[in-house]
Amino acid sequence: MFFLKKRRIVLDFEQHPRLKEFRFSFSKILKNPLSITGLSLIFIFFMLAVFAPAIAPPQNRAEPFRIPHEGYSVIPKPPTTGHPFGTTTKQYDIFYGVIWGTRTAFRIGFMVVGSILVIGIVVGSISGYFGGIVDEVIMRIVDIFMSLPLLILAMAIVTALGRSLDNIMKALIVVGWPIYARTIRSSILTIREEDFIKAARALGAGTFTVIFRHILPNAIYPVLILASLDVGAMVLTAAALSFLGLGAQEGYADWGQMVSLARNYIVGPPGQPLLYWYVVTIPGLFILFFVLGWNLLGDALRDTFDPKLRRK
Amino acid sequence: MNFLNYIVRRILLLVVVLVGVTLIIFVLLTLFSPEQRASTFIRDIKQLSDLDSIIKTYGLDRPVYVQYFMWLRQILNGNFGWSTTVSRPVLDAFKFFLPHTIELALFAAPLIILAGIWLGSLSAVHRDKPVDHFTRFLAIIGWSLPTFWFGLILLMVFYGYFKGLFPPEILSYQAQSFVDSAEFIRYTRMNTIDALLNGELWIFVDAVRHLVLPVITLAVIQIALIMRIMRSSMLEAMGKGYILTALAKGAAPKTVIRRHARRNALIPVITVSGWLFAQLMAGVVITETIFNRKGLGWWWARAATQLDIPAVLMAVLFNGLLFVITNLIVDILYAYIDPRVRLG
Repeated sequence: MFFLKKRRIVLDFEQHPRLKEFRFSFSKILKNPLSITGLSLIFIFFMLAVFAPAIAPPQNRAEPFRIPHEGYSVIPKPPTTGHPFGTTTKQYDIFYGVIWGTRTAFRIGFMVVGSILVIGIVVGSISGYFGGIVDEVIMRIVDIFMSLPLLILAMAIVTALGRSLDNIMKALIVVGWPIYARTIRSSILTIREEDFIKAARALGAGTFTVIFRHILPNAIYPVLILASLDVGAMVLTAAALSFLGLGAQEGYADWGQMVSLARNYIVGPPGQPLLYWYVVTIPGLFILFFVLGWNLLGDALRDTFDPKLRRK
Repeated sequence: MNFLNYIVRRILLLVVVLVGVTLIIFVLLTLFSPEQRASTFIRDIKQLSDLDSIIKTYGLDRPVYVQYFMWLRQILNGNFGWSTTVSRPVLDAFKFFLPHTIELALFAAPLIILAGIWLGSLSAVHRDKPVDHFTRFLAIIGWSLPTFWFGLILLMVFYGYFKGLFPPEILSYQAQSFVDSAEFIRYTRMNTIDALLNGELWIFVDAVRHLVLPVITLAVIQIALIMRIMRSSMLEAMGKGYILTALAKGAAPKTVIRRHARRNALIPVITVSGWLFAQLMAGVVITETIFNRKGLGWWWARAATQLDIPAVLMAVLFNGLLFVITNLIVDILYAYIDPRVRLG
């Protein structure tokens, strides 16, 4: 008896339309070669980040993000067995830097996009659900933020807060949430008028139940696609700000800063123009592939969840 | 009448945006100490030794809202303060750097728009064919490229192997000294245009050689963006009934694509082109820094690292203004092209 009962619950659960929908989308994602490529890239980077202490053991356990360096010679040295990717100026080990830089990149991407998601969803839901003057005020604030290029506003905020990696993340959060609020708001506006919302309200569901149980699960997909693309974009912007010299202090494992350190060693001495190729190429490739992974995933998610493109 | 209404409404909205931008700047300003803030009110270098009197004159120890209006009045009077990175007033520095940046944007923008439209429609017409896959692949790579790294790689390859073909900075030494001499009349302060107006072809060639790599660096990401939008908008246009009608009436497919599909697909691209200029300004910060071209972006990047507050605030204000102006132009163009906007 007991078994039968339990079984029926499981079956009911499997029949839930949202779950079926999710499973359909998931199978589509796994069939798309581009999203497989994206997911694999992200997976590789994730593994690098998780096993960083094993791949590149830190000399100073208290401060693993400080790149070790032997001496202060400014001229980069080519790859050797001790330094598989060579050393950059002031003898910072490139291999150690890019491996631990993966952790920095994930931290920037997840912290920034996670915070933006929460702020954007809350503000956007308030704006879309209540409408009226609240909506008007919030949307004008969004307009104002969106009138400025991300990089320039973020640059100004970091200047005001003082340069550091944490302040870059804060600046990107301040600059990044408006587009999420707007996206959530516009999907809520269309869903708000649907019959099933009226039905839920007629059954006596409260404001929060309606927003969180009925509206948001249907309005969330465009924002999730945006979030996936933004993990890459935010890491890219943070790297650009680090490159300009607004990031962590010298010697911190951060890809943008490593490219910046390479700036005086772009072109080799006469006759050997590519002598220092590894100094700039390697950290840059790490940034490129990391961002590419998230962009491929985001693109595939868009193709999967966009009602115009799916089931064609 | 409707059209006029529409434009007036848009202008009002843009005023709101502009006021908002000044508020953002002011909030940023309050994060600094009164001494640091005093630099935004300085007109010449002698005042640097007398910060206390500036703090008094401009009420930097008074309540925040009083300070906001005092600051706003200064801005409206054209006093943007003193830029320590270039040791001259912000407005002077702005006038000096602006032509170099405009010149870069003038070369990059047409390239971006034309290449983006061409690649986007090519990709849409050959949907799911190898051409489509290839251009989409290029677009996503372009979209993921760190601009600053791409620029350095270009520099490494071109400067290393073809030394002197596409050098960094704005002009070579000889050209620069000739441009600075009395023989050369500077009409616009943009080297390429001035060179043509003066009839000095070698200066023009020199300036263009210095422009090639920065323009490519600046364009790559933006081309990917325009291409992507053009492709999806073109696909949508090609699914419309009027395309089928035109084909059924016996029009050649090439004509249908050129005259019916592409024209309608261009509308969203126009909207994005307004954004393009704002994005170009962000790109210029990186590009000018890499190639050591002394323009607005180079100045702003240096200002940000050296805590030159007036210059950074000027950057935010200028970009807000630029956005407002380009958006107004786009809105008018949009209403002009699309009757649904005008009459709706």
